[in-house]
Amino acid sequence: MTGETLLEVEGLRVEFGASVAAVRGASLSVARGQTHCLVGESGCGKSVSALAIMNLLARGGRRGADKLSFAGIDLRGMSDREMARLRGDRMAMIFQEPMTSLNPAYTVGSQMAEVLRRHRGTSRRDALDRAAELLGRVGITAPGMRLGQFPHQLSGGLRQRVMIAMALMCDPELLIADEPTTALDVTVQAQILRLLAGLQRDLGLAILLITHDLGVVARVAHRVSVMYAGEVVESAATADLFARPTHPYTRGLLECVPVPGKVKRDQPLGSIPGVVPKVSPGFTGCGFRDRCAHANEICAGDIPRHRTDGDHEYLCRLPRDWAHAA
Amino acid sequence: MTPAIEVRGARRTFRVKGAMFQPDKHVVAVDDVSFAVPVGGVLGVVGESGCGKSTLARLILGLLPPEAGEILVDGQRVLQMDRKARARLIQPVFQDPFASLNPLRRVRDIVGLPLAAQGGMSSAEMAKRVDEMLVRVGLTVEMGERQPAQLSGGQRQRVAIARALVLRPRIVVCDEPTSALDVSVQAQILNLLAELRRDLNLTYLFISHNLAVVEHVATEVAVMYLGRIVERAPTDTLFHAPEHPYTKALLASVLTPEPGLGVPDVGLGDSLPDPSNIPPGCRFHPRCPVAIERCASVAPATTPRNAGIVECHLVPTIAA
Ligand SMILES: Nc1ncnc2c1ncn2[C@@H]1O[C@H](COP(=O)(O)OP(=O)(O)OP(=O)(O)O)[C@@H](O)[C@H]1O
Ligand SMILES: Nc1ncnc2c1ncn2[C@@H]1O[C@H](COP(=O)(O)OP(=O)(O)OP(=O)(O)O)[C@@H](O)[C@H]1O
Ligand code: SF4
Ligand SMILES: [Mg+2]
Ligand SMILES: [Mg+2]
Repeated sequence: MTGETLLEVEGLRVEFGASVAAVRGASLSVARGQTHCLVGESGCGKSVSALAIMNLLARGGRRGADKLSFAGIDLRGMSDREMARLRGDRMAMIFQEPMTSLNPAYTVGSQMAEVLRRHRGTSRRDALDRAAELLGRVGITAPGMRLGQFPHQLSGGLRQRVMIAMALMCDPELLIADEPTTALDVTVQAQILRLLAGLQRDLGLAILLITHDLGVVARVAHRVSVMYAGEVVESAATADLFARPTHPYTRGLLECVPVPGKVKRDQPLGSIPGVVPKVSPGFTGCGFRDRCAHANEICAGDIPRHRTDGDHEYLCRLPRDWAHAA
Repeated sequence: MTPAIEVRGARRTFRVKGAMFQPDKHVVAVDDVSFAVPVGGVLGVVGESGCGKSTLARLILGLLPPEAGEILVDGQRVLQMDRKARARLIQPVFQDPFASLNPLRRVRDIVGLPLAAQGGMSSAEMAKRVDEMLVRVGLTVEMGERQPAQLSGGQRQRVAIARALVLRPRIVVCDEPTSALDVSVQAQILNLLAELRRDLNLTYLFISHNLAVVEHVATEVAVMYLGRIVERAPTDTLFHAPEHPYTKALLASVLTPEPGLGVPDVGLGDSLPDPSNIPPGCRFHPRCPVAIERCASVAPATTPRNAGIVECHLVPTIAA
């Protein structure tokens, strides 16, 4: 089972109104038992891509795709009812901001139990037992007490772990996790990542992990895709991406990562100068060209997508060896 | 000189309803915490999820009364200050931007709210200050017209920062201000905070799980565990010669961007502590990899050490 492609997305497009093209032809796939990490500048379309896959776009968002399949099922033609049945069951999502998906009016226990009751018709009692078990597995002690609490009574990290546990209630095949560990301290983060790795090993869970933490990416991803201004600008196996980053944005991003113990305190932190352009439908050329040190007139036109051996691909006019000349 | 922030013996618990037929429980969030931050200083606060960092922040902001102890900002009792004066002096940037931004308002109204609440400023002047602030945190003036839901997570975080800084406060309490941002934008915001601190002599309390960020911005670091500060030291000392076993475990858990190394298991075990049932002795002892017998029964004293403090039986007393 492991290795078989579970989620396949090709040419995903999302627009809001007439002026925002949030995702512009993004492609990615996630195999069973593997973790695919999605990284990129704030606002580049990571969360919107995830929401589009789950068919949870905010009102006003329009989705298009050349291919959008989950376990061989074409998600594009699915009714809202059918989608709702899949969500939370075979494919689950952990949202970037836990407060958006936890209902402030219900206790943690009733929200968690509801997931199982809805999808499996499990009794309330059994559902609560399962909820307590999962809270324990995400490292929450006194799960009984936490089940009776309301979301606002939890610390940020506890809420985040509740979200993680809730997503795992039905043993999903695919987990889309949007910044699942950013609210957690590093020791708890390590514990959650080990838990997810365990589920992956035992149950073949496929994970699409959105994160800004390149340390997490390096340690858990099998494959990485880098987004910029709505496009996947580079995608490669993890070791390959870190060893041979090729797109100028990817290279800039990796150079910005502060590493504890190696931080130069009296200097500003490295960043990529400039800001993301406003990208409207009809935008052409490379989205990074205003900030790129290598931009020339070619970059305003059609940019080739290079595919090298080992499935390392990138979207840039530069030849593949420009940064790695022997 | 009067410290910008002074906390003396602060304590805060929360009462949580017990499960059916069970008595109510008391969650100890902040337990007898004392420290001071000098004007222009940056105290980084790190520690386990749920150890009381945000509660400490809310105590300092005067949003929550302590049960015991005193909290002074700029030498004044924060709870007794006039609200407008307090808003000009100290401002928060909160952890969960979605929860702290009114979803129905336009971004520019959210950022302008602290100005409006002060009164006495023309709307043209307010608009100008808001525009300046939006640009300063890396948003566009056009984004001011949107509602929070129409922005990305990182863009919302910048809205929260703009709102905190628009009154030009002297003290800013930042609770995970950049955890929603990519490293490049994070660097821009941190560089901005550093620049403002230099130009305006601001003081920050800076809560973060990102240890590299804390190392970069903080002048001093406090490590919290289950409601107490278990180690506090100047930043360089803490990162290069940590003494408390929990601090060491934290540093060892940092994931550096090196593929193939996997996720380390630093030996703290998988069950996290229960803040409604604080262990006797050293509160870290059930998880401490180097605990000795005494740790289970005797609470370690607060020991002065390297211009800071440590609470651990294994750390010998050496005068600072
Ligand atoms: N409902 C909406 N209406 C209009 N624009 C939107 C809406 N939701 C998102 N956007 C825009 O779409 C773009 C992509 O947003 P998205 O939330 O996917 O970013 P992201 O990559 O997840 O960023 P972050 O890392 O900051 O979370 C952003 O520029 C955002 O402003
Ligand atoms: N209003 C409340 N009612 C009940 N318990 C609360 C309340 N606010 C906080 N707590 C509890 O107090 C403890 C400390 O919470 P706090 O939010 O200060 O933690 P934190 O260190 O900020 O954690 P994180 O890193 O996860 O944000 C937690 O156990 C939390 O559940
Ligand atoms: S296409 Fe041009 S602007 Fe874009 S990254 Fe490559 S060189 Fe830079
Ligand atoms: Mg996002
Ligand atoms: Mg907190």
